[in-house]
Amino acid sequence: MQDLLRRYGAGLTTIICLLVFFWLAILVVIPNITLFESSFRPYLPVTEVGGPKDVYSFDNYLKVFGGEVEVSPLGFTFLIPVHVLTFFLTMWYSVVVTVLCFAIAYPMAYYMSKIANPRSVPTLVLLIFVPLWVSEVLRAFAWWIILAFKGPLNSLLLALGLIEAPVRWITDYDAVVIGLIYTYVLFMLFPVYNAISSLDTNQIEAAEDLGAPWWKIHWRIVLPHAKPGVASGSVMVFMLSAGSLLVPSILGSTTSQWFTQTINQWFNDALDWNTASAYAFLLLFLCTVFVALAMWAFKVKLSDIAK
Amino acid sequence: MHRIRLTLSHLYATVFIVYLIAPLLVMAGAAFNDSKLPSIVPWKGWTTRWFAEMAADDRMMLAFVNTLWVAAAVAILSVIVGTASAILINSISGRVRTMIYGLMISTILIPGIVIGISTMLLWTKVGNTLDTDFFLFGAGLHLSVLGQVSYIAAMVMLLVLARLQSFDTGLEEAALDLGASHAQVMRRILLPHLYPAIGAGAAVAFFQSIENYNVTQFTRGGADTLTVYVFSKVRSGITPTINALAVIMISVTILAAILYELRRRRQERLMAAMAPPEE
Repeated sequence: MQDLLRRYGAGLTTIICLLVFFWLAILVVIPNITLFESSFRPYLPVTEVGGPKDVYSFDNYLKVFGGEVEVSPLGFTFLIPVHVLTFFLTMWYSVVVTVLCFAIAYPMAYYMSKIANPRSVPTLVLLIFVPLWVSEVLRAFAWWIILAFKGPLNSLLLALGLIEAPVRWITDYDAVVIGLIYTYVLFMLFPVYNAISSLDTNQIEAAEDLGAPWWKIHWRIVLPHAKPGVASGSVMVFMLSAGSLLVPSILGSTTSQWFTQTINQWFNDALDWNTASAYAFLLLFLCTVFVALAMWAFKVKLSDIAK
Repeated sequence: MHRIRLTLSHLYATVFIVYLIAPLLVMAGAAFNDSKLPSIVPWKGWTTRWFAEMAADDRMMLAFVNTLWVAAAVAILSVIVGTASAILINSISGRVRTMIYGLMISTILIPGIVIGISTMLLWTKVGNTLDTDFFLFGAGLHLSVLGQVSYIAAMVMLLVLARLQSFDTGLEEAALDLGASHAQVMRRILLPHLYPAIGAGAAVAFFQSIENYNVTQFTRGGADTLTVYVFSKVRSGITPTINALAVIMISVTILAAILYELRRRRQERLMAAMAPPEE
């Protein structure tokens, strides 16, 4: 702070601090506090807001437990509130997306940093960046075309003789997962690529010379070194997937429901902003808890990620 | 054995690139198919009528103009806020730095839906409390701008901060010793060093804003941006006009990418020409 004053003077320092205050306080902290506060208020007609009925309660949060449905995974049948089920499925499929993104991105990241000719890497990066600049809604739409029942993918597979009859791709959560992977795989690729790039190639060669098989080189040398990159990529992909509204809305089937869609229904269809706030807060809070637990389980420190 | 692995890895990289690019080509191809449903199979012949229909779609054009305004506003605000934050972060240390930096980074991870709802709630509540109809406090694209800035500023901040690492503070000391004013130090020494990062930040902010759906959906009121409009078209009656739009957007992207690549290659050649010959 002293440093800032000495170099830029009182006037500029004040402006800088005000700008940071504007961002963090007015755009981030205060809106989130408002959201938290609203989530405890009932949904009332405008005339009754601030009246005797406008008292704090947990009612909005308890709505999560309303309306039970029967599910029977692995042969066990039990009742579960529909919104809780939606939430668990959202978490579960976000984890699936994260794991698959890693499986797809890791070989490519290794290829780009250790195998490809260093001179062609910038061109490769540029090619990979093209879908990233195309908006998310169009990328989801592209998969909607591809996965259609009478679409190009089924035609191609039929022509190749790989399938006998057209496959219904947009069913359950299948298409949502496919779309989310395509949309967010690059958020995994680049952190992992950066992490592997900083690994000294001599270490890999030394292991090869000493006779280590290829899988052991990856397991014992490359992966441990890339761990911070994998961690930040995973956090990014998981949070983006769980918070995505576009992809589940476009590629979802009649039997799929994402938690963000439930929030959207409370906010834009039911116009109950307070319940929407409660659900949004639950999403933010539980995702954060989940990510923290996962980081603890994999022994990743926060400072590794925020480098 | 090693040869086979090498071939396999090249093959994997090729498949990966095809996987990334092919969906965009399919989408682009559907824009030229003379079929009411957007698809490339069955192929019913070439046509450009979807482009004509797109140009005649007034709502889409309005949404397009809105998008440009929002993106420009987000880029300007994010660059100002993000640069100021990077300068502040760079000159503090210890606990306070960790806390403020952590808060800044966390904005990238907050789901857009939470940002959208919280922004909307705050400003409408302030409007209700003040009992005013002033436009700032109602739903609309200005709130989308504020919501988007709240996390896009963090991206700009990271870019500028990375650039600040290579800045020699001795230059500022020298300028101050030689009698430069604080404003001069900022304008003539620090900012010129940061321009590349600021430019990159503005581009990232602009494109991120165009992409945004979650924040906009909850704050826009009745106004459309391109992403919101495309989404509503995809959900309701789809015609290949969306594909025509996609063709234009992808072309602009690829054109920009090619220009960037050509510039990079020219700079590489220049650097190679200027470097002393290797012995």
